[in-house]
Amino acid sequence: MILLAAGGNPVIPSFGGSTQQFACERANRLFCGGWVSRNWSTVLWPALRQHIVLTLIAVSIGFAISTALALVAYRRNWLERPVLVITSILYTIPSLALFELLEPSFGLSRTTAEIALVSYTLLILFRNTLTGLREVPAEVRDAAAGMGMSPMQSLLRVELPLAAPAIIAGLRIAAVTVISLATVAALIDDAGLGVPILTAISNNVFKTELIVAGAMAVGLALAADALLVLAQRVLTPWVRAGS
Amino acid sequence: MNDFVDAFKFIGRNGQIPGEPPLPTIVHLTLETLKIAGIGIAISVAIALPIGLWLGHIHRGSFVAINLGNIWRALPSLAVLAIGVAFLGIGLRNVELALVVLAIPPIITNAYVAVDSVDRDIVDAARGMGLSGWEVLREVELPLGVPLIFAGIRTSALFVVSTTTIAALTGYSGSLGDIINNETSYHLSGVLGAAICIAGLALAVEVVLGVVQRLLTPRGLKVTGAKELEAGATPVVTTA
Repeated sequence: MILLAAGGNPVIPSFGGSTQQFACERANRLFCGGWVSRNWSTVLWPALRQHIVLTLIAVSIGFAISTALALVAYRRNWLERPVLVITSILYTIPSLALFELLEPSFGLSRTTAEIALVSYTLLILFRNTLTGLREVPAEVRDAAAGMGMSPMQSLLRVELPLAAPAIIAGLRIAAVTVISLATVAALIDDAGLGVPILTAISNNVFKTELIVAGAMAVGLALAADALLVLAQRVLTPWVRAGS
Repeated sequence: MNDFVDAFKFIGRNGQIPGEPPLPTIVHLTLETLKIAGIGIAISVAIALPIGLWLGHIHRGSFVAINLGNIWRALPSLAVLAIGVAFLGIGLRNVELALVVLAIPPIITNAYVAVDSVDRDIVDAARGMGLSGWEVLREVELPLGVPLIFAGIRTSALFVVSTTTIAALTGYSGSLGDIINNETSYHLSGVLGAAICIAGLALAVEVVLGVVQRLLTPRGLKVTGAKELEAGATPVVTTA
């Protein structure tokens, strides 16, 4: 995408109508409420919905992969180190670079975006889940075994529930991280709240759109975080929420 | 795979394209990226470290220090940059402001936790030996807190490097992100080359700060429990 140079009085080209109409947009004032209400259903709401879908897919896949890895590493300790090293490196690569590095293999597509987003969740979810499981007191495990539970029963009914606060804490970080990075994913996949942000920049820095789309991204992240805190309170009533 | 070969050739040519007028070199853009990020980190550390250390030292403001970290994780960097552009316009000022906004919270949170969680017995012993509050902070709490304090700075540094390149998307020109943002001139090979440089830069910053942390960590900590500290050293982590 080539950015238009910003300078002088911004001209908002695509509004048409008489000079009386869209005066706020033409002057590029800080916030034009009319623009928001006119474009909510065509631009903003679809972007928000796509953003939520992108995030849900990435977090779900990331959660499935890292939980599986963590469960194996819980029983086979040698696996922990290599998984941590690889996921840390993935985590360190800046998003803008990772999206581009995946492009030759997967093209400018949803798949590329999701692969990158999933790769950022792995370190957090793997580490939190494994730590949560490891911190289950040995006496509790012994008690479960003493009650005649098989290792699988102990895992499902004792260890995983006790690890839930750590797992949900990981999900919180993963969710807000993905929401943040999904805005950058607009560069390679034409979806999400990054799209109106990039459009506004190339449209002579159209302020209203920048502020609204930016605020929606922040709001979405805060809402997701709050929702997961709530989930933790409901699912693990024996712990005071907050991590 | 050919694309990646071309990308490395592009880096080898220092970012020039044969038959085209001279472009900003890769070395120059990498150094610029590092400079913008460096300024951002320096300002953030200068503001956040004293606040975090002081709050930790007096064991107050845990609510603010910890929740700041939680809210910060929820701030998408592109959104912060975009909102900043609306208010300040495109330019270094906006980029640095966004970097500082995003980098301060993890430094405060980690510095707070680092000092706050120093063993009370050790602090009492130091006081008993006649150290003043300031001396306790400088001689006891600060050295013992190095691993956690540095974890915060490293998290921020990584985030800042990453965000510096994202700033190119909001029209700020003068970092490696420029190349990624201009595929028409640089083609896929150039974009990939820049992406490789950004990834390399981030990994290098991480490694260098890791070495500095090692050098600053008191020898006693490296022997006992340093591993545990490092493992728990990331109460807040995120990426950009």
